[in-house]
Amino acid sequence: MAMLEVKNLVVNYGVIQAVKGVSFKIEKGEIVTLIGANGAGKSTIVKTISGLLRPKDGEIIYQGVAIEHQKAPQIVAAGISQVAEGRHIFAGMTVMENLQMGAFLARDRSQTKQSYDEVFARFPILKKRKNQDAATLSGGEQQMLAMGRALMARPKLLLLDEPSMGLSPLFIQEIFTIIKELNQRGTTILLIEQNAKQALAIANRGYVLATGNVQLFGTGAELLANPDVQRVYFGG
Amino acid sequence: MQTVLQQIINALSLGSIYALLALGYSMVYGIIKLINFAHGDIYMLGAFAAYYVISLWHFNFITALLTAMVVGAVSGVVIEYFAYRPLRKSPRIAVLITAIGVSFLLENGMSYLVGSNARSFPQVIEQVNYNLGGVLISNIQILILVTALILMVLLQLIIKKTKMGRAMRAVSVDPEAAELVGVNVNHTISFTFALGSALAGAAGILIGMYYNQIDPLMGMTPGIKAFVAAVLGGIGSVPGASLGGFLIGILETFFQSIGLSAYKDAVVYLVLIVILLFLPAGIFGKNTEEKV
Repeated sequence: MAMLEVKNLVVNYGVIQAVKGVSFKIEKGEIVTLIGANGAGKSTIVKTISGLLRPKDGEIIYQGVAIEHQKAPQIVAAGISQVAEGRHIFAGMTVMENLQMGAFLARDRSQTKQSYDEVFARFPILKKRKNQDAATLSGGEQQMLAMGRALMARPKLLLLDEPSMGLSPLFIQEIFTIIKELNQRGTTILLIEQNAKQALAIANRGYVLATGNVQLFGTGAELLANPDVQRVYFGG
Repeated sequence: MQTVLQQIINALSLGSIYALLALGYSMVYGIIKLINFAHGDIYMLGAFAAYYVISLWHFNFITALLTAMVVGAVSGVVIEYFAYRPLRKSPRIAVLITAIGVSFLLENGMSYLVGSNARSFPQVIEQVNYNLGGVLISNIQILILVTALILMVLLQLIIKKTKMGRAMRAVSVDPEAAELVGVNVNHTISFTFALGSALAGAAGILIGMYYNQIDPLMGMTPGIKAFVAAVLGGIGSVPGASLGGFLIGILETFFQSIGLSAYKDAVVYLVLIVILLFLPAGIFGKNTEEKV
């Protein structure tokens, strides 16, 4: 059984049909990437999985349970966390408070303590900036905070929406390394990226989206080698 | 000198009541970006609740205060649930007009139910005046100030140190991100209304004790003044609302003491105009641009 299976998902965004019958699956332990240009419907799909948007039609099955009508807090509790596009850290709250918010639904105190240790071990800069207002962090640090916050919920499936957006090349490298490490530690990952080359390089499988439909899919290596993908996404 | 000190004492007790009211305005604005024009009427409901439990059942100050706060909190939550929540996704102006409608409903509803005449507020504590070197301080004034300060400190602790307080702040900066970490946004908004309205209820009993009289329309003017106080301090800012409340209290008392009682309300509105013209974000407000 796949960890997450999306079947014929249709989502309207206002009057626009942003997602027009998309299907894909994610097996436990995989990194799956959705790539595609702006407006392909990638973020809409992620928001629908997270419970922020309601699908018009189709199913989202997570560990055998249909979740497309559950609300965001229920979905987080079930083990799916999202790092939203644009990071969405809580400005005006300290780094520590942001992480505390990540553990909002956590019940087990000793486990939460362990999560802090893990997050601080992975992102030492966050420990250093613990008592600083999150808004004063650099873009890359904010991305780390957003990821750290999502990890505080100890997700089984992590949805990353454009984690490399707006970051310097050095930080982009670092973020991709971190994604790989998180996956090796056992977190299943759905990665949304415009940075198609790097995303496919670390992904087990990928789906190419255009105007709300899946155009192509295959393993990361297959898609990297595909001439159409090369032409459209890597500029030749 | 004595007169100045005397006026400061008076200003502080009045200001602390405005501060309590302004806090509710600011918190509600912070979380759903709504100027809750019915807020002043919740303060009236709190005053009436205290009036009834004191005169009918002889509640003491503490229990009457708690009653006023509970009545305030429950009314705030009920109003939010029935009047504002269905409009959560509507344009802001629709909610604003609804708030004005709720305000009229409460004012006229109460006038209909209990009569519109003013009634004298029962003396819950016997007034004792202390003469400190020519400055008169009553135990009521001290009680008002101390109660208001304790409530403000408690509020600050709730907002800064508790999980629910963090959730409130998170929802006010980014409701969607808050939802994504598992915060129930509706519950958090209800909680914010409960807190803000409980403070309004407390302000209601305190003003009853301060002026010794209450009526169903008593919330109108103080409501607007507290709104000005919240704008002055920086709407959405909790310390700003407290400071704004005290400043408005001081200003009003000052104009009264120099013999311009007739203008004490006008000067508050003048402050609003000046603030909106020259310091629209208020004293503690953040000048954030709207992001798309």
